[in-house]
Amino acid sequence: MTVRRLLLSSVAALAVGFSAAAAAAQTGQVITPDARSTLSPGLHDAGQAASGLRLDHAVPPPPGFFDPEALFAPPPPRPEGSPPPAAAPAAAAAAAPAAAPRFSPLALANSDMAMANGRLFVGNFNGFNVYDVTGGGAPQLVLSVVCPGGQGDLSVHGDLLFMSVEQGRARTDCGTAAAEGDVNADRFRGIRIFDISDLAAPRQIAAIQTCRGSHTHTQVPDADDPKVLYIYNSATSGVRKSDELSICSDGQPDANPDTALYSIDVIRVPLDHPQDAAIVNRPRIFADRVTGAVNGLWQGGRVGLASQSGAQTNQCHDITVYPELGLAAGACAGNGILLDISDPEHPARISDLFDPDMAYWHSATFNNAGDKVIFTDEWGGGIGARCTAEDPATWGADMVVSIENGRLRGRSFHKLPSAQSKFENCVAHNGAIIPVPGRDLMVQAWYQGGVSITDFTDPDHPVEIAYFDRGPIEADRLVVGGAWSAYWFNGRIYSSEIVRGLDVLSLVPGESLSAAEIAAAESVIVDVINPQTQVRAVWADSPDVAQAYLDQLMRSGTVDAALTTRVRAGIDLWRAGGRDPEAAALAGRLTVAAGAAQGAEARRLTALAGLFGRRAG
Amino acid sequence: MAGLVTGAMSPQAAPASPPIFQPGAPGTAARVITPGQAVALSRGTYTDADVAFMQHMIVHHGQAVAMVDLLQQYGTDPTVQLLGRRIALGQAAEIALMRDWLRARDQSTEMPDMPDMAGMDHSAHAGMAGMTMPPSDVPVMAGMLSPAQMQALAAARGPAFDRLFLEGMIRHHQGALAMVDDLLARPGAAEDPLLSDFTNSVVADQSTEILRMQSILSDL
Repeated sequence: MTVRRLLLSSVAALAVGFSAAAAAAQTGQVITPDARSTLSPGLHDAGQAASGLRLDHAVPPPPGFFDPEALFAPPPPRPEGSPPPAAAPAAAAAAAPAAAPRFSPLALANSDMAMANGRLFVGNFNGFNVYDVTGGGAPQLVLSVVCPGGQGDLSVHGDLLFMSVEQGRARTDCGTAAAEGDVNADRFRGIRIFDISDLAAPRQIAAIQTCRGSHTHTQVPDADDPKVLYIYNSATSGVRKSDELSICSDGQPDANPDTALYSIDVIRVPLDHPQDAAIVNRPRIFADRVTGAVNGLWQGGRVGLASQSGAQTNQCHDITVYPELGLAAGACAGNGILLDISDPEHPARISDLFDPDMAYWHSATFNNAGDKVIFTDEWGGGIGARCTAEDPATWGADMVVSIENGRLRGRSFHKLPSAQSKFENCVAHNGAIIPVPGRDLMVQAWYQGGVSITDFTDPDHPVEIAYFDRGPIEADRLVVGGAWSAYWFNGRIYSSEIVRGLDVLSLVPGESLSAAEIAAAESVIVDVINPQTQVRAVWADSPDVAQAYLDQLMRSGTVDAALTTRVRAGIDLWRAGGRDPEAAALAGRLTVAAGAAQGAEARRLTALAGLFGRRAG
Repeated sequence: MAGLVTGAMSPQAAPASPPIFQPGAPGTAARVITPGQAVALSRGTYTDADVAFMQHMIVHHGQAVAMVDLLQQYGTDPTVQLLGRRIALGQAAEIALMRDWLRARDQSTEMPDMPDMAGMDHSAHAGMAGMTMPPSDVPVMAGMLSPAQMQALAAARGPAFDRLFLEGMIRHHQGALAMVDDLLARPGAAEDPLLSDFTNSVVADQSTEILRMQSILSDL
């Protein structure tokens, strides 16, 4: 409600003059040119700009995962309105091979990522690649698998790799010819499961057909049974014919109560027999609480009031779960929703949010405490240039939402604070938390807007603290590319560039992020990371963690100098390996200070008190 | 870093590269394929229906831009003005994308069966240019305003204009959704990944804008 009012008023403010200044009055953000706005173009030699980040490795696409005919030669300019050339003589065609990029660059687009046991898994519309990222050098390719079908959103559990498939051309057997026609027994749309235990012999072991295919999916562990894994399948494309898959039928619920729209798929995977994985529930998570109508969310008519026309929220694009909290945040086209997943087979909606400035709720990321969510708005679907100076700061942006008593409450918008060119597809896209204690930081991909890190510790005033960006792929034409996902995996940021390959970045200390904060983040090592299955970061007690909190207190300047001096001495002693007879007393002083502070400051002081308290033993 | 990026982009296999596997159906073994075969597998196709869809949608979007031109002259409500401007920006960007898509595939950006253009996006002006024939009640395609409706819009002023604009644009957008539905109902259509993404974004954007317009309309 609050957000709705905020946004409606921002629309009104914008209407006065449609000026960035008017937008800023509402959002606190003005999108202006900066060092990233005019970088030189190039597929592999584009200009680069970075702040607070360093590009360690730029790994080109592996063999078989790059198509020069899709990209290298832009089409010859033809005057607008002139007829297409007659069939070119064979000689002319031979003289100008691959004159036009006939194949979509997305056909080989790199997509989402996961990490498990030192291996990085990079999804691709045509399959996936696996890299060994142990050893600190450039990632080493250890496995390439081709299995067309898009988007190749993937997750990993043990020896199993799960992959989303949505295109109608995809085949159960990983395709040598596109599956054609309305009904095709070879067509596969859904979740594939691969056994990757033997890198020299990967096998597909199961393929779970779904009604709308699979755009993204999310792993949900069963807290009571480690031998069971659930998959929440988010599907966004058309419903297939009943003749192809009997459980499927299309249409609006008033005409067809069994419609495959308005649900997600819950797939149960018995880990002892993953080939028996099957859909066990298609919950109506958008149902109206009072009437039970399955199309209970964004329905049209007056904004925010239920009328029954123009259904929009009939799908989730992406769901992020936080199993420890029993919660899931669903980015579901027309709404952001909060689900109780304490019974993972039966997710139940407990809150939902609508917002007139959110064109397409696309993805969700919890903060570490689980009391905030960043929802992204993929306005335009990701293939358009939506970060130009003319685009409003509240469109195609992040929306910071707090969770208060189980309810979602919109707080603010944050958009890439750099005007991008009209030749760079750009909108908010996938990201993940960077585990800096005491702060809420998210690294995020913005397609050709690059990689950006946002501090949303204060949910009302999110701010960018670091970025990396390249110029457009081509000088005078929009070629779709850029960072699809940017995730923090055990100390490095990995960014899957749609056409250019894989980027590995490190944090660089600076004004807004200290060496100790980075060290504390880098100290968090997790064996398996599927970014949409969030696991709470925990920090072992260390001088770096204490220093990180102290740096934050110093940065905000709200704690008195005597206390910070005392904390600094305590950390120095800790680093030197000495016992600290004053630790208990310091913990006490910090607890008192925490009692007088508020919000993030109080939490930092409390955390410091805890550190020194435990140090005192 | 530049060295890492430059020169390494070639699709030729580095000697140390692991093989590329193409798995089979569940339970069967994978086979090893070449990089060339891998790329060939990625190359989706497009149908005549895809091409016609893009050509038609360019014309369809063009009318929205023409309607916003009128809005900027005759509209009064600032919220409607803002919305119209957003619509025109979005539609113009999509027109550029559709033209790029067609040109990249050596297809005409024109609609081959396009009737008299004057009835379409110039109707507002044509109506004042001494045409003797009354404007047609038949739209160029389903979901577009007919020339007569465009002329009525151009003749309206004040709040009546805003209302007519919103009603017309809602109908116009609903037409785009119907065009996507028609396309997706055809076998093999919209398999091209870029086109598939585009149709998804048309549905998302225009559904959103329809609801926004319905909301504004009810507040006028």
